[in-house]
Amino acid sequence: MDTHAATSTGPRQADQIPADLLAKIDEAVTHYPVSKRSASLPLLHLWQNHFGFIDDSGVDWIAKRLDLEPINILELVTFYPWFRQEKAGRISVRVCRTLSCALAGSYEVRDSFCKAAGIDPKAPTHGHTPPVSPDGKFSVEFVECLASCGSAPVALVNDDLHEDITEAGTANILSQYN
Amino acid sequence: MKSLLLPPHPKERRVVFQNAWTQGYTPDIDCYIKHGGYAELKKALGMKPEEIIDEVKKANLRGRGGAGFPCGVKWGFIRRDDGKPHYITCNGDESEPGTFKDRYILHNDPHQLIEGMAIAAFALNVNLAYIYIRCEFPKAAQIVTQALKEAREKGFLGKNIMGSGFDVDMFVHQGAGAYICGEETSLIESLEGKRPYPRIKPPYFPAVLGLYMSPTIVNNVETFCHVKQIFKIGSDEYAKMGTPGDGGTRVMCVSGDVMRPGPYEIPAGGVTLGELINDVCGGMKPGRKLKAVIPGGSSSKILRAGETFKMKVKGEDGQMVDKEVPLLDLVMDASSLAAAGTMVGSGGVIVMDDSRDMLWALNNLNQFYAHESCGQCTPCREGVLWIDKMTTRMVNGEGTEQDPKTLKNVADNIAGRTVCAFGEAASWPVQSFLQKFPEEFEVAAK
Ligand SMILES: Cc1cc2nc3c(=O)[nH]c(=O)nc-3n(C[C@H](O)[C@H](O)[C@H](O)COP(=O)(O)O)c2cc1C
Ligand code: SF4
Ligand code: FES
Repeated sequence: MDTHAATSTGPRQADQIPADLLAKIDEAVTHYPVSKRSASLPLLHLWQNHFGFIDDSGVDWIAKRLDLEPINILELVTFYPWFRQEKAGRISVRVCRTLSCALAGSYEVRDSFCKAAGIDPKAPTHGHTPPVSPDGKFSVEFVECLASCGSAPVALVNDDLHEDITEAGTANILSQYN
Repeated sequence: MKSLLLPPHPKERRVVFQNAWTQGYTPDIDCYIKHGGYAELKKALGMKPEEIIDEVKKANLRGRGGAGFPCGVKWGFIRRDDGKPHYITCNGDESEPGTFKDRYILHNDPHQLIEGMAIAAFALNVNLAYIYIRCEFPKAAQIVTQALKEAREKGFLGKNIMGSGFDVDMFVHQGAGAYICGEETSLIESLEGKRPYPRIKPPYFPAVLGLYMSPTIVNNVETFCHVKQIFKIGSDEYAKMGTPGDGGTRVMCVSGDVMRPGPYEIPAGGVTLGELINDVCGGMKPGRKLKAVIPGGSSSKILRAGETFKMKVKGEDGQMVDKEVPLLDLVMDASSLAAAGTMVGSGGVIVMDDSRDMLWALNNLNQFYAHESCGQCTPCREGVLWIDKMTTRMVNGEGTEQDPKTLKNVADNIAGRTVCAFGEAASWPVQSFLQKFPEEFEVAAK
């Protein structure tokens, strides 16, 4: 049962869990023979990878699966910057903001990604709900050091790390994603 | 990374990087075994656990994650036969700004890490280990998961590994975008499925009350790889590559305003800062001069071009003598950088040239710490936000006369008053930038 109001409308994610997601969840739990609670982050990742974000039904479902209270899961979703409670762009652009990348022009690169994606560069740079392009395709945000400072500036686009990015090269990077 | 595709610089010695940058080397187990992989695990399984720990001690291996604690000494804290379960967790959170080495190992040579961890597991009587990888490395998590599967299939992990009667298994655990999870007790909380609030030491030293409140060893990715190499090279030879008390090689990650940034594996103490910048990294950009260096990750104290440091060095007759050492002659090892008031830390060297504004650079770091504080202790949670607010307003031309003093005061009141070393990590940049570049802050303060 939901213990808090839904943040998003639409069908509950917990009603649409496919069999392969269930199988992956069951597998992940086996990695933690000492404490099921340890599987919280892995389950949240699996959930977000599948649905794109984690709705309240997801929080409740994961809590129940691990014999926890919903707050034990919700407090993770709100703490860890990676997790989203609302839909972001289908393609996530995460530009590194930190010093070595900033020295190499990451602020300009972020603005350029925003423009190429159709997002107002004045939109918030950080947060659990990054700005999304009007067509819903891209979200662009700053993240902190991506551990690739030697090939700055860098950005993570979905699972791919792009290095030595130039302001002029951002549109070309986005065009590689559908 | 372009610099890694070049042949090694004469000052380099690729030990943990030896396979990762070999033409045609692939991360699968067959390739690793072809290059002699898992021979050291076999060797270690035939030794007494105490002998293994002694070898690591003799090798003078210091942790490569930032704190530089002697690895063998840390392992020595574990009592093998205390009847409790023991755990190992590998710290692959790699998030200290300026540090970029572990990802290359995870991507290109995952079995080296697994072999190092398996040796440690045997020495410390560990049957279950985790590899904590930040989620911004999604491919690394896939590659390491695949490597673990291969190692299990070949009998290097699982029950009765290599017929030794010893069992150990390992799993990947992904983080979720929080820098603080690199702090070892925070990492443990995160691994327990909780908000990653660091635990206070004492009593929660991981080796005493770690994962699931049991004795736990946390080591960095690179550290575990060195463990494997110690058994390949031999502890004496390994120690000899470095300086007394700081054995082996260390990956120095150079970024910022140099011609050839990159991760360079160099014997500990094998270069001076000047050689690293001007020789290994090809010098500063054309027409530019060195202004400042952050030598060991963003949390280490900044050094200013032209400074000199008073320290004891070995004279011509082998006796220790007092000497004034210029910045560029600083030897890049743990003790020399400590004598210069800073640290080798995680090996992340950030170089800035004379076009850079130090207030702007500090403000960038302050924003990092403001974003990453876990919020558990008041001085850190509030202080890092104040510090960020102040430098942001100074950068925007709205600084006040008291700002530099207030900045220092806030930083001084965070360091030493918090649960974890993030408090120092956030304060040291403020304190050292103000101390080394006072004129830039006075001007901005108006
Ligand atoms: C704020 C903070 C962040 C840290 N981040 C990392 C990190 O990303 N990777 C790492 O290996 N160690 C990190 N450390 C150091 C760990 O706490 C710990 O000392 C280290 O993982 C131990 O491994 P080692 O002895 O092999 O260096 C961090 C420490 C602090 C205080
Ligand atoms: S010092 Fe900062 S990061 Fe560390 S526990 Fe306290 S609030 Fe959290
Ligand atoms: S500062 Fe951008 S990757 Fe490290």
